[in-house]
Amino acid sequence: MMEAARQRYRTLEIDAGKYWLTLAVLGAAIGVGLLAAYYMEHHGHWVTGMSNQIVWGMPHVFAILLIVAASGALNVASMGSVFGEARYKPLSRISGLIAVALLVGGLLVLVLDLGRPDRLIVAMTTYNFKSIFAWNIFLYTGFVVIAVVYLWMLFEPRMGRFSSRVGILAFVWRIVLTTGTGSIFGFLVARNAYDAAIMAPLFVAMSLSLGTALFMLITCAVLRMNNEDVAGEWLLRLRRLNGIFVAVVLYFTIVQIAAGMYVAEHGEIVRFILSDGGATTGIFWIGQIMIGTVLPMILFFHTRWAEMRWIMTAAMLVVIGGVAHLYVIIIGGQAVPMELFPGKTELSSFYDGVVAGYTPSVPELLLGLGGIAVSLFLIVVALRVLPFLPAAPAPQKPPR
Amino acid sequence: MSDNQDKGREDRRTFFAQVSAGAALLALAPGFRLIDLAVGKNDDEPASPDVRWGMFVDTTRCAEGCTDCVDACNTEHGLHGFDRPQTDAQWIRKLDLEDDQTGQTWSLPMMCQHCESPPCVDVCPTGASFVRDDGIVLVDKHTCIGCRYCMMACPYKARSFIHEDLTDQRPHSPRGKGTVESCNFCVHRVDGNRLPACVEACSDAGHKALVFGDLNDAESTVSKRLSTMQTTQVRDDLGLNTAVRYHGV
Repeated sequence: MMEAARQRYRTLEIDAGKYWLTLAVLGAAIGVGLLAAYYMEHHGHWVTGMSNQIVWGMPHVFAILLIVAASGALNVASMGSVFGEARYKPLSRISGLIAVALLVGGLLVLVLDLGRPDRLIVAMTTYNFKSIFAWNIFLYTGFVVIAVVYLWMLFEPRMGRFSSRVGILAFVWRIVLTTGTGSIFGFLVARNAYDAAIMAPLFVAMSLSLGTALFMLITCAVLRMNNEDVAGEWLLRLRRLNGIFVAVVLYFTIVQIAAGMYVAEHGEIVRFILSDGGATTGIFWIGQIMIGTVLPMILFFHTRWAEMRWIMTAAMLVVIGGVAHLYVIIIGGQAVPMELFPGKTELSSFYDGVVAGYTPSVPELLLGLGGIAVSLFLIVVALRVLPFLPAAPAPQKPPR
Repeated sequence: MSDNQDKGREDRRTFFAQVSAGAALLALAPGFRLIDLAVGKNDDEPASPDVRWGMFVDTTRCAEGCTDCVDACNTEHGLHGFDRPQTDAQWIRKLDLEDDQTGQTWSLPMMCQHCESPPCVDVCPTGASFVRDDGIVLVDKHTCIGCRYCMMACPYKARSFIHEDLTDQRPHSPRGKGTVESCNFCVHRVDGNRLPACVEACSDAGHKALVFGDLNDAESTVSKRLSTMQTTQVRDDLGLNTAVRYHGV
């Protein structure tokens, strides 16, 4: 068998002006995000939309979006290393890079929203090993370490033979990681909106869907900047795969809601999401189901929409739908009051028995967008300095 | 029933001299004590695992509209609000209930239930939320990073996040912006052989709906109440073994 031509890689070869302008724009977004975080910390969280009722808000929506997408962005590398799909191998490097960058961006948002972000060192040195949060600290940092080692092996030809083993470790690790992220909610016994093992596989599915969508968006954008052909077979395959992942997320959502409808004590949260929740209901049907599920599935599966711009549109819709889905899970799940005495109407000065209101504040949104900017900044810088991007095969030399 | 039996008895105990020296016995009615002073402790003494502090709430004696326990707690811990009810801290609140079917109403105080297996402690990543050996659930304000996971986990909505800078703090009850806090059974008072502020206030108001004491001491009034009167744990389905038990609801 003829040996395949050695894959060549390139850095991001845009002109310097464009490069620095991109960094300046992203840097400004990061700066604004940091200022927003400072504003929240300086004044205290009362300046945000969060309260003693809605304790986790938009920063958590953005942070979890980035964290679960990070795990899923490694899909392409996994398909190359774990499942031996050779056509994806040239994309392994950028897949690993996007995964690390998204995770770092997400973690920064999470940390900067803490009441005491200055105590990060406490969080890194004092552990309660029964806490899923504590596990996640290890899962996240471990993921970054494994992904970086994996990238090193992909870059270093002498280490290449280990790359598939590390790839398998990374694959298993990220499934555990998203299981851990889902279990942050799944193990919350207090609230009917959570307290279900299905949260773990739901989050795994979300990570596959969101990660693949973000991977396609980012990779196609940067390949285009390099004037590389992006409309390859891999994109059409990823398109179909992303459609399947969207369908799997829908499947878990339906199972979750069906179980909720069946169990009387979960009736309130299901009614809240499906019909009585005002903005949350709208975000569910329009954001999560229409924009994030139905439209992308049509675009991903119908041959008529197989063009580049429609694939990108669908991927963008998946990401918007992911934000909506996480909003419904995180905000909607907290808005429904906890029942301390089932069968009794509860009233207090602490909002017992009433649906909690929440209006996202500008600083929260800016912090979240700042996290996305951090991820993109890291990606652009890394692409510029190291050859992450596959180059088209060089023209074959005629045989002598 | 058991109240009458209690009243009929003059029952005084011998206290450990070194612990309770100088402490006055809180005799609220003949034979009726709200706290068992013998298990109080000095500041340098660790909490005893032989003790489990708990509370009996008699909702039949809790008056609708009365907020004496809440006011006392706010005063004791310096919990003055900022006129922002969504973010102002509440360690104890009055909960008014109405049965959806029968229309029967109740009024009762709701606060940290000082669970034996508290979900807040399970989820806290740094171990800032912890159960003291004597069963009191506390937050170490030095290791709380303000992640609010405990607030997500608490079934009783007992915890508050400090959303702004605080002034006029009580030296015995330090608080800090960006950390989470909740009822601590007035641990500073209990360690000094005094009743929690809410219990004292309820008693002063003549309601005597709250009884505080050592659940591990079969002779304590709280244990006697719990052993002779029907009580429930809120969200007993969760199996948390709460230290606060409610009668009459």
